[in-house]
Amino acid sequence: MSDVTAEELMAITASRLLADHKIVFAGVGMPLLASVVARRIHAPKLTIVLEGGIIGASLLPGKLPISTNEMRAAYGAQMLTDITDIFLYAQRGFFDYGFLGAAQVDMYGNINTSVIGSIEQPRVRLPGSGGANDIISLCNEVLIVTQHEPRRFVEKVDFITSPGYLSGGRSRAAAGLACGRLGAVVTDLALLDFEPGTRRMRLRALQPGVTVGQVRDQTGFDLLVSDDISELTPPSAREIATYRELRDGPSP
Amino acid sequence: MEKVAVLAARAELEAAGRPAVDKRMTAEQAAAMVRDGDHVVIGGTLYSRTPMALVFALLRQRRRHLTVSRPLACYEVELFLATGALDRIVSSWVGIGLRWGLAPIFRHYVESGEVSYDEWSHLAMGLRYKAGAMGVPFLPSHTMLGSDLARTLGLQTVRCPYTGQQLAAVPALNPDVAMIHAHRADMFGNVQVDGYRHMDVDVARAARKVIVSAEQIVSPEEIAATADQTMLPHFAVDAVVAAPYGAYPHECYGLYGPDLAHFDAYAASAKEQGPTAGLRYVEANVDGHPDFAGFVAAAGTARLAALAADARELMPRTHAAGVAR
Repeated sequence: MSDVTAEELMAITASRLLADHKIVFAGVGMPLLASVVARRIHAPKLTIVLEGGIIGASLLPGKLPISTNEMRAAYGAQMLTDITDIFLYAQRGFFDYGFLGAAQVDMYGNINTSVIGSIEQPRVRLPGSGGANDIISLCNEVLIVTQHEPRRFVEKVDFITSPGYLSGGRSRAAAGLACGRLGAVVTDLALLDFEPGTRRMRLRALQPGVTVGQVRDQTGFDLLVSDDISELTPPSAREIATYRELRDGPSP
Repeated sequence: MEKVAVLAARAELEAAGRPAVDKRMTAEQAAAMVRDGDHVVIGGTLYSRTPMALVFALLRQRRRHLTVSRPLACYEVELFLATGALDRIVSSWVGIGLRWGLAPIFRHYVESGEVSYDEWSHLAMGLRYKAGAMGVPFLPSHTMLGSDLARTLGLQTVRCPYTGQQLAAVPALNPDVAMIHAHRADMFGNVQVDGYRHMDVDVARAARKVIVSAEQIVSPEEIAATADQTMLPHFAVDAVVAAPYGAYPHECYGLYGPDLAHFDAYAASAKEQGPTAGLRYVEANVDGHPDFAGFVAAAGTARLAALAADARELMPRTHAAGVAR
């Protein structure tokens, strides 16, 4: 367990949230890896969709895609269509989960992947939304997976690239966002959700050996804490081996 | 945001004839259709089926004040930036690729304010081209609402006359010129693509002029024999350019994978030297060869063969023969 990296821990924790026979719209990187781990461990009928127009992705171990629009992402797919079409399936309501990373996320689950500083005078111009804004606006339940550190978990994001619960309460619906809800936030320290009334981020469970104080220290805003906090089950040897085989290819 | 001009784009189509003639020309002749100040949309996405032969021909011409749009933009945008060709980028994502971190040349120009970046969501880019392709001024959608993207762009909303729902009114985009790379085309511009089509169908139908490069120029009979694979009809295409390996060093579905070593070298030099690296890249790889075939040849047959093998490994077994034909 001690040699498990933060990335492995997050991917495996996230993979357990994906139920069998569901459809997941995954971004490239950790969301995709976590989805494939789920398929191999407990959800063989999970369908993975990628924005490049790929339905039923399965991955060739050791050949992970860098882009959601390339042949490596299309390996083993059931259907290849176009990009806009994929998002329109999401808008229609076909996708149970949307699965995202985040450069910055605030207490209402708003995500910034556009800019550090102001949009008019950026300190760092990031690449931008890609499909993240659409995924959080259109998928039925959104999962966020990211490393737990104060520069990511901020009081206020510099820019709302992808709207979570906006300013909490009913503000998301009031903005016209008729679809979707935010489910869980998975980090290397904890599993979090959003309190139903205020829509503020709430600590639900801790990664093995982590304390509430540690999570608070690494969170840049006032975190709600659930009354019935539990500890997450450590990754199994099989989960770790599956993850590593996907990342590195079959061992010689 | 550009002015919505679907009716003007339609009027141009009505006024111009659509003769079914031989549209073959060189990449340089085709790129000359682009004028200073034009909006050019680059087909494919990130490093997949990017029309690099056409991009290189346009870079060679050193146009000015261009706007470039793309669903997700890769380092070709940095090359236009470094040669002073761009005023504006319209996209949902600009980088080199996740593995290479942030794109330094893009950052330089956008952070300094020299070049503007209109950031839309990925679906919004798709709906902009689709509205342009459909000949309507906007399309309603549930996306982008409540975000700072919408606020910054001045995206308008519309109330549904049937349900009262509030929706984003995503404005049509009809670019001046589209550049698309395909697997095969005939001389008239009937175009076929294998694998995913990205946004290319809408991109082509939205644009006012369409240039298609193809791995292979085939006979009209060959197109007709597999008519269900045809992505664009001849009347939606203005120029056809023969370009074997025309997406290299990017990938072309089923035929060759991306040249990641080429990307590594580019990304390292861009990180080290910023815009100078982009300019040097263009001088060496574009200006340094008489044409795109020269650039491809410089990669060497061994490297090209390895990229073709990468592609074959990823193809479904029963399909591979058909794709490679």
